[in-house]
Amino acid sequence: MFRFFLRRLAVLIPTFIGVSIIAFAFIRILPGDPVMLMSGERVMSPERHQELTHLLGFDRPLWIQYVDYLGGVVTGDFGNSIVTKRPVLNDFLTLFPATLELSICAIIIAILIGVPLGILAAVKRGSWLDQSVMGFALVGYSMPIFWWGLLLIIFFSGVLQWTPVSGRISLLYYFPPVTGFMLIDSLLSGQEGAFTSAVSHLVLPTVVLATIPLAVIARQTRSAMLEVLGEDYVRTARAKGLPPRRVIGLHALRNALIPVITTIGLQVGVLLAGAILTETIFSWPGIGKWMVDSVFKRDYTVVQGGLLLIAGIIMIVNLIVDMLYGLVNPRIRH
Amino acid sequence: MKTKLTFAAALLAATMLSGAAGAKTFVYCSEGSPEGFDPGLYTAGTTFDAAAHTVYNRLLEFKPGTTETVPGLAESWEISDDGLQYTFKLRPGVKFQTTDFFTPTRDMNADDVIFSYERQLKSDNPWHQYVAGAAWEYFNGMGFPDLIDTIEKVDDMTVRFTLKQREAPFLANVAMPFASIVSKEYADKLEADGQMQMLNQQPVGTGAFEFVAYQQDAVIRYRAHEDYWNGKQPIDDLVFAITPDASVRYQKLKAGECHLMPYPNAADVEEMKADPNLKVMEQEGLNVAYLAYNTTQEPFDKVEVRKALNMAINKEAIVEAVFQGQATPAKNPIPPTMWSYNDAIEDDPYDPEAAKKMLEEAGVTDLSMKVWAMPVSRPYMLNARRAAELIQSDFREIGVNVEIVSYEWAEYLDRSKAKDRDGAVMLGWTGDNGDPDNFLHTLLGCDAVGGNNRAQWCNEEFDNLVTQAKQTSDQAERTKLYEEAQVVFKREAPWATLDHSLSVVPMRKEVEGFVQSPLGDFAFEGVDIVE
Repeated sequence: MFRFFLRRLAVLIPTFIGVSIIAFAFIRILPGDPVMLMSGERVMSPERHQELTHLLGFDRPLWIQYVDYLGGVVTGDFGNSIVTKRPVLNDFLTLFPATLELSICAIIIAILIGVPLGILAAVKRGSWLDQSVMGFALVGYSMPIFWWGLLLIIFFSGVLQWTPVSGRISLLYYFPPVTGFMLIDSLLSGQEGAFTSAVSHLVLPTVVLATIPLAVIARQTRSAMLEVLGEDYVRTARAKGLPPRRVIGLHALRNALIPVITTIGLQVGVLLAGAILTETIFSWPGIGKWMVDSVFKRDYTVVQGGLLLIAGIIMIVNLIVDMLYGLVNPRIRH
Repeated sequence: MKTKLTFAAALLAATMLSGAAGAKTFVYCSEGSPEGFDPGLYTAGTTFDAAAHTVYNRLLEFKPGTTETVPGLAESWEISDDGLQYTFKLRPGVKFQTTDFFTPTRDMNADDVIFSYERQLKSDNPWHQYVAGAAWEYFNGMGFPDLIDTIEKVDDMTVRFTLKQREAPFLANVAMPFASIVSKEYADKLEADGQMQMLNQQPVGTGAFEFVAYQQDAVIRYRAHEDYWNGKQPIDDLVFAITPDASVRYQKLKAGECHLMPYPNAADVEEMKADPNLKVMEQEGLNVAYLAYNTTQEPFDKVEVRKALNMAINKEAIVEAVFQGQATPAKNPIPPTMWSYNDAIEDDPYDPEAAKKMLEEAGVTDLSMKVWAMPVSRPYMLNARRAAELIQSDFREIGVNVEIVSYEWAEYLDRSKAKDRDGAVMLGWTGDNGDPDNFLHTLLGCDAVGGNNRAQWCNEEFDNLVTQAKQTSDQAERTKLYEEAQVVFKREAPWATLDHSLSVVPMRKEVEGFVQSPLGDFAFEGVDIVE
């Protein structure tokens, strides 16, 4: 097992270096000189332009910039943002919990609703229930997030006034962040009503972010279930007189879940993409919006640092998942 | 659950508007996050609203609602006869804010003023690079390093600036956010503690509001400054709720989650005006959008050709299509809210027939030209592509064939400067300091050819007028010179002036005392909530 771990880790290092090269090169390939963008319509003299380029270190050969950068990254220094001048790592660590909290809630909702809907649709194949679940899934899957978010805000916050419009918690509550997760921090703060406020702020963005993964999971569950329901062992289970609930819940579902779990894993990427728009609509202070703003401002250090950190986290999660698979299924280890 | 949420939301909205525990809290749904809290380091209006106009003051301030300067931390000033020495007498008894992180032991004095400027001016000052990559962009952009010769402390309450050349806009420049006065005592303390970067995260100034906390990309909190030299504020707390999307800001305003918002969607403005709970302020912004011909290239070197093209553009249609009416057609290169705006000038009439005839008389037939359209939305031109298409069809009417070109933004700015560039470039400007020099000299002076002067237009008569105005301290005289310069501009037509966009500020009807700034600032000094 330990050797398996080492093997996986060895693969990770070149991958990480590869990602760092891509992250470093990607933003520099885009046209647009960051120094020029800093001044906008105000024309900068060529001398001043050169001075600033030098100050930011962009006049050095690319490979030296890269080696310097990598050296910093290894020691935990991701550089300072060109725009805000703040350390990239600090900003990331401040903002990431917000994205994580939203993503976790969204994926939980997507699973809790998507899987049962998929099972129901499969079991009642061809019924009106199946038709409508699949219809909704299709609509959900093709929903433009921005429009959907706005629609929910206008209806639930504007017309019905059930939920707050945006933000993570009411402005009445203020406490220094402890974990960065508002649900936990609001409980820790001990302020009355803080937790309820945090939950009510989380409802709409979670629904919006969960929509696409929910649709995908429901469809995947349905088709996986349909396949499994046709298998011999399911027929055998039925034939030996097991109650339908047990056949579906135990024999069919367990096997059908394997592709569904893979799908859920793949939704992590979808969540991050969706988070960019969702965070913008709901004024949610996470990393999605932070990254997009940085691309527009050609904030090289933030974009490359952010990409690297996100990629690093995904790689580590993958490593953990691989290890778990290895534990569960010894065949994978070899 | 639903009922609970309804109740919670209603309760929150109610408590927010009435203010918890009797404290008056004003919530501003701001459009973005500040880059930091040291106004010297940045150039974005969003940052200035959050740092400069709340926490800090300047030697001079802009009189609310105008582009004129009035005494701020300097009670009075004298300008030497040669126009090179500016001696500022500081206001006595001005207190810095006492916060959780700093308690001042003395009042504001000359040391603070000198420190605030020298940290930006002198590269050997320990604060010059206190954050990596500090570029003091505005200080440099306004030409201060080449302008300021010395800054001396005459006595504790008097500071003298000696300039290298006469520069009348200097007074307007010291009222700009980058010239905010920071506390030297606080800076010394941070330096001693090895915490210099905190100056950019936890600011201390003399302004109307003191900084409490910033939750990144979410909320900024301020408290009214108890000992503010210009009087305690009617509100107790000021909160910036960062809300990047304009539609969402509007929803928050409607729901009573904020009191005032900037930059609404043009499409929402009519509905806002009809809402009995809201009121809407409107004013021309300190900006202009223009189409700059390259006046050195044939046939645009001929005044009649430029005039004819200007007469072919239907500006009303552009304002309607691009801004849904939230802009006014421009006739001068400076906006109407700026002093010295020459309202006596008649705009070229929209008359395609006459334009066509003028072109023929100038001997121009079968003209094909490029019109450059910016790839980004700017405050003065929300959709350059759309405007360029309208101009294209206007020009087709008079037999001129237009090809629309565009580049990536940084590339666009760079290429459009070239002296041998072709066609006409669409661009615009947002004023920095409310001084006409900042438009007329910066954008149309001979010095700016190959740079900000996209028309590559160097007219001796015009240039003399604006240069003379720059070197004259007397405002009445300057006004006359600028008015005359605008007449020359209109006659020579180096640009087609397109529009001044309106700055629209919707707010709850209970908001009192907000004054719209022609400079586009959002400042909340004197603002109150009256039920």
